[in-house]
Amino acid sequence: MTLLTQNHDASITAPPATRPRTSSTLIGHFERGLDAPICLTWELTYACNLSCSHCLSSSGRRDPRELSTEECKGIIDELQRMQVFYVNIGGGEPTVRSDFWELVDYATDHQVGVKFSTNGVKITPEVAARLAASDYVDVQISLDGATAEVNDFVRGPGSYELAMRAMQNMADAGFSGFKISVVCTRQNISQLDEFKAIADRFGAQLRLTRLRPSGRGADVWDELHPLPEQQRELYDWLVAHGEGVLTGDSFFHLSAFGEALPGLNLCGAGRVVCLIDPIGDVYACPFAIHDEFLAGSIRSEGGFSHVWRESELFQRLREPTGGGACGSCSFYDSCRGGCMAAKFFTGLPLDGPDPECVRGFGEQLLAERATDAVPKSTGDHSHRTSPPRPRGSTGPVPLTLSVRRPDAAPVNACAENPLAGFSPPQCHRPPGAPAEPTTRRNQAPITSRAERAYTPHYTHISEPHG
Amino acid sequence: MVSVPLDRTITVHPRVSIRPEPFGALLYHFGTRQLSFLKDRRLLETVRACDGTRTLRAALAEAGVPDTQTERYGRAVMTLIASSMLVQQADDTKEKAA
Repeated sequence: MTLLTQNHDASITAPPATRPRTSSTLIGHFERGLDAPICLTWELTYACNLSCSHCLSSSGRRDPRELSTEECKGIIDELQRMQVFYVNIGGGEPTVRSDFWELVDYATDHQVGVKFSTNGVKITPEVAARLAASDYVDVQISLDGATAEVNDFVRGPGSYELAMRAMQNMADAGFSGFKISVVCTRQNISQLDEFKAIADRFGAQLRLTRLRPSGRGADVWDELHPLPEQQRELYDWLVAHGEGVLTGDSFFHLSAFGEALPGLNLCGAGRVVCLIDPIGDVYACPFAIHDEFLAGSIRSEGGFSHVWRESELFQRLREPTGGGACGSCSFYDSCRGGCMAAKFFTGLPLDGPDPECVRGFGEQLLAERATDAVPKSTGDHSHRTSPPRPRGSTGPVPLTLSVRRPDAAPVNACAENPLAGFSPPQCHRPPGAPAEPTTRRNQAPITSRAERAYTPHYTHISEPHG
Repeated sequence: MVSVPLDRTITVHPRVSIRPEPFGALLYHFGTRQLSFLKDRRLLETVRACDGTRTLRAALAEAGVPDTQTERYGRAVMTLIASSMLVQQADDTKEKAA
């Protein structure tokens, strides 16, 4: 046995994956859970300036119960005591919180490193210069297409320009090695080389993660998730690029194709990672915002450490599992049955195959499942300009992707009038966005099972970093 | 392969934090944002003994590493030096240059 394992990703994704897991006591320890997470995802706000169609936290509107600055500092104190070395901050768009920089400074002053995910909206040249001066902060900019066409298709008009400008500002400020985070979709798998070229051009590091059917992602997963042959293409590309490309251990379900991908190849939910949401609720992982995976609240007595150590849910997740329906599969040691959240939000049993099982068992089950059995994420903070309509009641409808009007309050049903929500475009448009405040995409190629208008807004994917 | 610097004074990088775990420890470097897993308690003891007051040889002895294991633990220490988790003391470096 080797004595140590090093990890340039500073994520949970380090150990050489080629080592058979049975001989690794380290993996065994992780499966049984640690006294404190290795790292965690903390979504600071549900508010967001974008409205990405696949947002895993269904973000858009701020939740009035959002944690106060003092409560956030209390969490940071606790993370410091527990020696959680770093947090992955996301949202929503975390930088829109007025106390965002104060909290980042507070964390880094208390031995809690920060990596935050952003769509780039606040990354001005000044902010980039300030970030470049700090060793303790890392930045991850979300980009879901190597071209504006592909990116804006899911992230909304103007979001490509927004991200590219932020990256340029980061590069100009001399911040090397920031992360460009891409959610892999059917539409962008063919652009992997282009993403890499963009990262190289900005001196950044590419990070690819898996599209999860979580949050609004559930509504578009059928149309966006990579096709089986694309999974293979992705796997081959990842193998070819090795540890130079980060994945946050996203794709361990693909390891059954052959050689294991770099990473733990382990679901860390409730064992070595978890999520703290904007109102202080603690979930097993960032992709599982549902009552089923709610472990407790940091607002309850004992705070975060009590939830982490004592919650019944987390205790259960740390118990050994036999692999259920997958236990007899010869690839079980590679893929471990895949992602819990992906199974849950596609209505598949948790002890069976992943919906994207490379052997096709997931697809088989998806075809057989009762569609009304598919659970929905808890809490929807999506933007809306009209009263919400029931989700998932009718067939596909075109998504409405639009530019956000940052200063406009959500339009109340009682306030409907021809000028509701309208204000002069000069103070609303993100730079580079079309002048038209709302751009409807005719024949938009994404459709949604949910009959809901997508108006103004973003997502991020949290987790391990580099 | 560079030989293990047994007679050099080694210290933990000031920006590195150590979190003991049942399997060994987590090391995190706030400067490089790198995480390492020490998968052995004795290696953790070795790292702790690298406090700048003794040579690596003495640190290994302090941690109770048997002579037969010196090479193995020494290699792990070398890896930690390569990733800046551990550093050779400045005087040593000058000495080396001279």
